[in-house]
Amino acid sequence: MSLKFANNNSLSAIDTKPSGLSGGALTLLSTQTASSSATISFTSDIDSTYKEYQFHFIDIHPATDGSQFQINFRDGGTDYDATKTTTFFQAYHQESGGASGIQYATGLDLAQSTSFQNITGDLGNQNDECGSGIVHLFDPSSTTFVKHFTTTEIAQQNNEQAVSVFTAGYCNVTAAIDAVQFKMSSGNIDSGTIKMYGVS
Amino acid sequence: MSIVKYNNNSISDVTSGASLSSGAMTLIKTLTASSSSSLSFVDGSSDVVLDNTYPIYLFKIINCHPASNDISFQFQGSTDTGSSYGVTITSSHFRATHGEDGSSGALAYITAGDLAQSTSYQLLGGSIGSDADQSVSAELIVFNPSSTTFVKHFMANVQSIAHSNRSNNQYPAGYFNTTSAVDAFNFKFSSGNIDSGTIKLYGIKDS
Repeated sequence: MSLKFANNNSLSAIDTKPSGLSGGALTLLSTQTASSSATISFTSDIDSTYKEYQFHFIDIHPATDGSQFQINFRDGGTDYDATKTTTFFQAYHQESGGASGIQYATGLDLAQSTSFQNITGDLGNQNDECGSGIVHLFDPSSTTFVKHFTTTEIAQQNNEQAVSVFTAGYCNVTAAIDAVQFKMSSGNIDSGTIKMYGVS
Repeated sequence: MSIVKYNNNSISDVTSGASLSSGAMTLIKTLTASSSSSLSFVDGSSDVVLDNTYPIYLFKIINCHPASNDISFQFQGSTDTGSSYGVTITSSHFRATHGEDGSSGALAYITAGDLAQSTSYQLLGGSIGSDADQSVSAELIVFNPSSTTFVKHFMANVQSIAHSNRSNNQYPAGYFNTTSAVDAFNFKFSSGNIDSGTIKLYGIKDS
């Protein structure tokens, strides 16, 4: 093992935090950047280390106009097909100042389904259109309880309106969730960043 | 000052580092329920800080499991460091709900979950089931509880599984209508014990 040397009053090449220092509660575990990607999957570091994981998705831009950004969970095996029951509601306001409101979206929720869950509305694919938000996943390694998750998101949709989407629910399984996958309902994720954090 | 030595790629015996960022969110206290009648966070007790150290406090409620079936998870504040919990609250409450059988997907205001100048406990999640795999998880933010000028706002995003096998996503928000500092918080179910679960308290810095 090579020795680590002090460098201008700072410390270089140290990869473990001193035990006496209180770190931030959000620990960045992984960053993935989409580039015409069919899917983005987080397949490691989701375990009992943290009681909560957060996924921050930033400026998700679809290749296909009107497609939705989606999430699913792996509960063993290789498929992203955990059974879920969820809710979905959204608030919207047109750029023209026309229609606005808040509504539950029947048909965008899931009832004991293994399908992917939409976590945005219809995203636009014009150059400046995208969606951003946060997913909270609670205690994914529990083998006792269902796995609760919540999401909040804001996007400029393809029909020129601001839409904020609120999704929540649970993976109705007692098996541990050990991986999470994101994709568009149609076409690729043209660009965007997803960061996974552990909350200590 | 003694020399601090390197130790297997980590640094030992270092307890402060002025140039090292410790992050904006600091874990203050973790409480774990085990057939507990309630869980309390009291300023100045058991290393809990609930004063002007932070302008925002964040509670993470993770898999709180009730001993009794079909009950509500709720909280209240205290202005006398936990001697009593009954601060006057005015609040709103709405909920998205959807059954595992596909029934009744809906968004609605919940009149049974709001308070109007009441000292009762504030409902966070309702109708929670006690089946072995059922629980409630949530985030609750309290703004500037130590203010002696303003009311104390709070808001929450609560996700639970109901006893009737429904997903309930609830959004209570409101304020403690007092200019006294709120220096303690208590969490409990409306009936019976918190069989198991974890509640974490964080402070969020403003600079």
